[in-house]
Amino acid sequence: MSKVKLVPVPSGSVIPERDIDKTPILETHHLGIDFGGLVAVDDFTLTIGRTEIAGLIGPNGAGKTTVFNMLTNVYQPTRGSILLDGRETRGLKTSQVCKLGIARTFQNIRLFSNMTVMENILVGLHDEMSYSALTGILRLPAFYRSERIARERAMELLSIFSMEDTADAQAGSLPYGAQRRLEILRALATNPSLLLLDEPAAGMNPSETEELMENIRRIRDMFQIAVLLIEHDMNLVMGICEGICVLNYGKVIAKGDPDQIKNDPVVIEAYLGKKGAK
Amino acid sequence: MKKKITLTKYTRSSFLTYGLVIAAYVILQSMVLTGSITSSLKGMLVPICAYAVMAVSLNLTVGVLGELSLGHAGFMSVGAFTGVIAAIALEGIVPMGWLRLVIAMAVGAVFAAVAGFLIGIPVLRLKGDYLAIVTLAFGEIIKSVLNNLYVGVDGDGLHFSLLSDRTGLAAGGRMIVNGPMGITGITKLSTFTAGFVLLMLTLFIVFNLVNSRTGRAIKSIRDNRIAAESVGINVTKYRLTAFVTSAAMAGAAGPLFAMNYSNIIANKFDFNTSILVLVFVVLGGLGNMLGSIIAATALTILPEALRQFADYRMLIYAIVLILVMLITNNPTLAAWTQSARDKLRRAVGRKKPARTPAEGGDGHE
Repeated sequence: MSKVKLVPVPSGSVIPERDIDKTPILETHHLGIDFGGLVAVDDFTLTIGRTEIAGLIGPNGAGKTTVFNMLTNVYQPTRGSILLDGRETRGLKTSQVCKLGIARTFQNIRLFSNMTVMENILVGLHDEMSYSALTGILRLPAFYRSERIARERAMELLSIFSMEDTADAQAGSLPYGAQRRLEILRALATNPSLLLLDEPAAGMNPSETEELMENIRRIRDMFQIAVLLIEHDMNLVMGICEGICVLNYGKVIAKGDPDQIKNDPVVIEAYLGKKGAK
Repeated sequence: MKKKITLTKYTRSSFLTYGLVIAAYVILQSMVLTGSITSSLKGMLVPICAYAVMAVSLNLTVGVLGELSLGHAGFMSVGAFTGVIAAIALEGIVPMGWLRLVIAMAVGAVFAAVAGFLIGIPVLRLKGDYLAIVTLAFGEIIKSVLNNLYVGVDGDGLHFSLLSDRTGLAAGGRMIVNGPMGITGITKLSTFTAGFVLLMLTLFIVFNLVNSRTGRAIKSIRDNRIAAESVGINVTKYRLTAFVTSAAMAGAAGPLFAMNYSNIIANKFDFNTSILVLVFVVLGGLGNMLGSIIAATALTILPEALRQFADYRMLIYAIVLILVMLITNNPTLAAWTQSARDKLRRAVGRKKPARTPAEGGDGHE
């Protein structure tokens, strides 16, 4: 093979200073997916630091949720690669990707609505428990031990949002905001290293959004994890994100910190300029 | 503090079911012993138990897993045939009747579980209506296979043949399964007590499974498959677990049912039987095991009780069924029973934590 002279290419990765020495929690390289003839997402390259709060923004239909679905292998990417903590996730099932450390919430809330709040969290803690189906049926001591630990852990998680009182309520009967919070807790129960939040502030009023921002920061600090969020609320995005990636028509049009993004003419034209900054 | 309440909430509903089943058994069994029971009801006790087990096991697939299965009788027939073959083949070796019945039920459960596993692999790739139709097809396939199965036993062991009798039995051998003629000359080993024990065992398995991590995984798939996958639940594995467990319990009910009669044919376990069991489940309430048992009991007794109406029997049976469905799904009535229950609770003076208003609207409870 003849040697090809390689041209250095700027990677465009933006990682907070504190994470720079460590393997990024997520690296995607030239990720793309086609639906039939439609190129939904193309050339999506992003790097997220281990404790970074990153934002993924863009107009409606830009392909943001599609990116989430590719990261969690709900969709198999047509092109490119995803490295989670330096490990390629190609070909894995969604449930296996979760075990490797990606947890997510959904744009349209997807709780186990006929189950109780406690049970929702316990499903998230599924892999923290290890007893077999037979042990469960026979109610062996391992069952009680494991269940007790898991329930205590679930109450700890519920206490993050002061939701201990709702533990026995049916998840579907909770008010909207509480359902969103429960979804985040259920995701956290899987012990993720990267938390994907799909429009966490949708349908929230400004004071609730303010509280949510505080909570996202608090969760990041408590668990020392990375957060990638899709959000239309610019106050939230600009307020808590350290790195922001802007997507339009399936392509990355800008990357940078909030100040860079705010002042980027391409972004203003594609997004803020036309829609008007909220 | 809270976690204790959650545990007792589960155990309360399951203990109520255990308690009522035990009470019903004690009452009926004492009636049998004192001879104060009609012979027609006495004859129905074992089928009631078998159908109750069928209903509870199907409720695991339909109510807990949330998939419609229209071939449940197929698993019952696999269990019935393999179990009865085992019981007949062991006649000389195991003299105790009850032990042969237990072995028959265990063999039936194992073979039905294997059938459930093999059928589950292709079937569980599908969802919803498609899954229901394919289970129907597999139920019919099982029936056809059993209709063409010939099994005999002689000194050398068991001999199998399909389509026609080429079992080549030695002299003195005994034909067990004779194709469409089914199994004849079954020793009636099934007893009400055996049925009761099997029903209790089934309830024990289902309740404990549902209230464990496995059961929660199964319920989470029912409620939201995509979310379940996103929190690391292996959907295929847990759907198969529920399906196979359900099939195994139906397989155990098979020998109980079959060994209550002197002969049994594969056509007894056709589509109609599957639908009948599904009716028990739907009438009793999805996910409600006690409801399944009550529905199975009532709808097994009802056709007999209506015998006096002679030709109009099935017509009245259908009308009763429609009325019961309408009444149990009536929102006014549901609201009334809910308020009555609340009043009762207040009267008893049990302090309950404040509940969210939407909780009362759940028809599954």
